[in-house]
Amino acid sequence: MKKFFLPLAVLVVVVGFLGFGLKLDPREVPSPLIGKAAPPFSLPVLQEPAKTVSNTDLKGQVWMLNVWASWCVSCRDEHPVLVELSKQKIVPIIGLNYKDQSDDARAWLKQFGNPYVMSLVDANGKIGIDYGVYGVPETYVIDRDGVIRYKKIGPVTPDTVREKILPLLRQLKG
Amino acid sequence: MRSAFAAALAAVALLVAAPLHAQMREAPPLAEDPVLEAHVMRLAGVLRCLVCQNQTLADSNAELAVDLRNQLREQIKAGRSDAQIIEYLVARYGDFVLYRPPVKATTVLLWAGPFALLLAGLAGLAVTLRRRARAQAAQAAADGGGADAAARTRAKALLDEPDGATGA
Repeated sequence: MKKFFLPLAVLVVVVGFLGFGLKLDPREVPSPLIGKAAPPFSLPVLQEPAKTVSNTDLKGQVWMLNVWASWCVSCRDEHPVLVELSKQKIVPIIGLNYKDQSDDARAWLKQFGNPYVMSLVDANGKIGIDYGVYGVPETYVIDRDGVIRYKKIGPVTPDTVREKILPLLRQLKG
Repeated sequence: MRSAFAAALAAVALLVAAPLHAQMREAPPLAEDPVLEAHVMRLAGVLRCLVCQNQTLADSNAELAVDLRNQLREQIKAGRSDAQIIEYLVARYGDFVLYRPPVKATTVLLWAGPFALLLAGLAGLAVTLRRRARAQAAQAAADGGGADAAARTRAKALLDEPDGATGA
């Protein structure tokens, strides 16, 4: 009886670790950018290509950056959540239209609704690299001082909004 | 006869040329500067592609990997050192992009863990072996050597008997 105790204990520990590992999402790479200043950019606006907006224009307010593209399938899943959030007028959502065709992007917004105050065009994905984007959609919350406070890789769900984003916004604005 | 041969030759030529043509379209940077390209690939070989996480940046054909290789190329061209470029990527994607994670407080377990497990295993083996040897010695002592010794003398007596005795 005693002979089986040690192997059994080892088995239980290993199963415990494996079970825990199952719940981790290997795609969630912790971003080193959290707590750091949002990388600078100066990009044309999707709806008015003649106009450019830079990150300094957005300082002094809490804002959300949402990386999206018309070719991105899970952006479609996430889109209604963003539209809903934008209706509450709690936070301005700025879109980063990542490696997209501007015509397609505008058509996409027309079809699915536009939750963005504006969308910025990152046609070659260079600003995306600066923001550590590797899977569209990604969402950032940036505070008044232009520091990244939160990053979500993958689609934002109603749960993410309720449990992470709204409490954080309350804290940042309070 | 001759025309059939010519047709076969043309078919073979087409078969050979088609993939060649595809390759030629994919490889222009290599032709531009093989030394630079080798450098890009060497550097990309130690970096992880974030999209397909078990491939290096050099192996992956994901769009992001292509973009990042272009970044590497541009930065090497601009004269930045490998260390600077790796730092640039780590600042954006974290240690996750490195196939060889740095040794620091949070990664000590990763680096030392296997050796600690090996040592624990060896220690366990030594303890078990010593315990078993001691148990055997104790067993022999408990038998008192008595039964053993008696059996041995009996065996010796049997062996020492002259052959004639058993044969009779």
